[in-house]
Amino acid sequence: MVKAPTEEHPRPAFGWAARDSSGVLAPFNFSRRETGEKDVRFKVLYCGICHSDLHAIKNEWGSTIYPVVPGHEIVGVVTEVGSKVEKIKVGDKVGVGCMIGSCHSCDSCANNLENYCPKMILTYSAKYHDGTITYGGYSDIMVADERFIVRIPENLPLDAGAPLLCAGITVYSPLRYFGFDKPGTQVGIVGLGGLGHVAVKFAKAMGAKVTVISTSTSKKQEALEKLGADSFLVSRDQDQMQAAMGTLDGIIDTVSAVHPLLPLIGLLKSHGKLVMVGAPEKPLELPIFPLLMGRKIVAGSCIGGMKETQEMIDFAAEHNITADIEVIPADYVNTAMERLAKADVKYRFVIDVGNTLKSSN
Amino acid sequence: MAKTPVDEHPQKVYGWAATDSSGILSPFHFSRRDNGDEDVTIKILYCGVCHSDLHTAKNEWGFTFYPVVPGHEIVGVVTKTGKNVTKFKDGDRVGVGVIVGSCKSCECCQQDLENYCPKFVFTYNSLYHDGTKTYGGYSDMIVVDQHYVLRFPDNLPSDSGAPLLCAGITVYSPMKYYGITEPGKHLGVAGLGGLGHVAVKLAKAFGLKVTVISTSPNKETEAIDRLGADSFLLSTDAAKIKAALGTMDYIIDTVSGIHPLGPLLGLLKVNGKLITVGLPGKPLELPILPLALGRKLVGGSDIGGMKETQEMLDFCGKHNITADIELIKMDYINTAMERMAKSDVRYRFVIDVANSISK
Repeated sequence: MVKAPTEEHPRPAFGWAARDSSGVLAPFNFSRRETGEKDVRFKVLYCGICHSDLHAIKNEWGSTIYPVVPGHEIVGVVTEVGSKVEKIKVGDKVGVGCMIGSCHSCDSCANNLENYCPKMILTYSAKYHDGTITYGGYSDIMVADERFIVRIPENLPLDAGAPLLCAGITVYSPLRYFGFDKPGTQVGIVGLGGLGHVAVKFAKAMGAKVTVISTSTSKKQEALEKLGADSFLVSRDQDQMQAAMGTLDGIIDTVSAVHPLLPLIGLLKSHGKLVMVGAPEKPLELPIFPLLMGRKIVAGSCIGGMKETQEMIDFAAEHNITADIEVIPADYVNTAMERLAKADVKYRFVIDVGNTLKSSN
Repeated sequence: MAKTPVDEHPQKVYGWAATDSSGILSPFHFSRRDNGDEDVTIKILYCGVCHSDLHTAKNEWGFTFYPVVPGHEIVGVVTKTGKNVTKFKDGDRVGVGVIVGSCKSCECCQQDLENYCPKFVFTYNSLYHDGTKTYGGYSDMIVVDQHYVLRFPDNLPSDSGAPLLCAGITVYSPMKYYGITEPGKHLGVAGLGGLGHVAVKLAKAFGLKVTVISTSPNKETEAIDRLGADSFLLSTDAAKIKAALGTMDYIIDTVSGIHPLGPLLGLLKVNGKLITVGLPGKPLELPILPLALGRKLVGGSDIGGMKETQEMLDFCGKHNITADIELIKMDYINTAMERMAKSDVRYRFVIDVANSISK
């Protein structure tokens, strides 16, 4: 018979979970495994709210296992380490992102690309090696294999650094892999939300010239003055888009809604690359002529491997890059989800877990 | 008042043209410029029939200016050279492909990528630098700037070599650019027609493992026994497709019909590349999640620059790679077009121009 969440594992845990596709989160008692010889156990201090959390609690992708404790932008302080843990010690500041397991034996794992391992295990709503369901960071304690732990440098604020663990790596990885990190590269960032605003910061730090492409003029001042973008294009303004055709070496497209690719392909210079990091739930239309006529590319990218995630955090610390956040108490989380659905946040909610997520037991 | 095709230029030429979107071709008298200082005059021996010729004759892409003389897989013999021409002399066997002009000064032109020049000029249905329309190889002669003329390797037959000038370079170029030349890697070729069959031959010459992906079961024996492919995947065989998921490093998609890209993406390994060289008339459906979850990409490619086209011809000469053709007479062209529309050709028609084009 299936064990109750509180009985599955020996150590009690508390968090907030959604129990059905209404997506309403509420207090939830469960349990976590003992600290294994390769595990790191940490007290969660902050957890970022990623749009994926919202998709998951409402079962929008059809793969949610309820009850689901979301959260994969998790930071905290280490309380226990297993006997075979080498790089982490008690008291260290650490983080966990979108994955907490992989097969360790395929080509992808061997190349530090655990994110592309066919048996990669998500931090929440997935099945772990021991057959139990994984629970994420809207909770008081996390346990994870050392391989999936990221060390947070001393000078990186924990609250504003938390979103880097998903949003940060999601845009950092393609900026590097597709070569948008050469100084002077003309990079477009489509969508100015959790992913987009961090992409602007990383791209600028790498020396790129950044154009933000957005559907609304309301974000222009922010983009140019606060985030440091070099220019701003309103995608609904035909004249602006026409004038900018053939000017970009690469584009990172963070938009999850269905939207046309033709204008974005047109913005690319010949040999330009359009990289999709948002995942619309329906296929998009790909016009073939413009792709051929300029030998252009449309590619996808999904987070990054653990080695690269550590590299990204270290880069962020070196360049003082953090997310722009709104810190909220745990019991604000349902309101936060409603606001997130309307993009009413600049630009990430972060739950103050350490101070406000308390069991009433 | 605009001059007629016959009066536009001083040299009288005879060819076959389509005059409306029925796409039916018929005898057509027109004219070509005198041989300029940079020009080479070529007596046309053979001309391949490319699917683009059909699309253009019927105005399927919406930018045909009638009358149109198609043909951009041209092989012939030099009969005159301008005073600045150094690369060719009378009697040389040469080829002309898809472009006959470009700006020669932009970044693309300077990097031998004339095919990506924003001002390139197509061999037919384009406006040349002098403002007149270009006419293609379904004709008895052509005058071309030496920069856009190719030397035909001695051992490459003129008739079965002709299709290399479009089909050949169209698949050779992306193989070089996207790195599809590493021995042992696995390439899928989607569509076994004019482009596809040449892709298989080139890929085998590069030492790749090749799987042909097709909707026609009757192409299996062809693909494996005659063309040398290592395996054949029938797109409608769900079990075989499932077994092949995540097994290919690259796919070259030569299919021009509307088709979903999702199933092809599934066949790619992580970091796999799907290269589209066919020209569907409408956008294709692209699911984004599979693209992202495997860091896969869809890339386009369009013929190749002049330097690379010469390199391709020389490579084919060295490896004895030619197209599989059906030689036809000029007056068979309309039937050939109908058969090509139904993929009823193995795998390119080539017009025996010199022996069958008569005034």
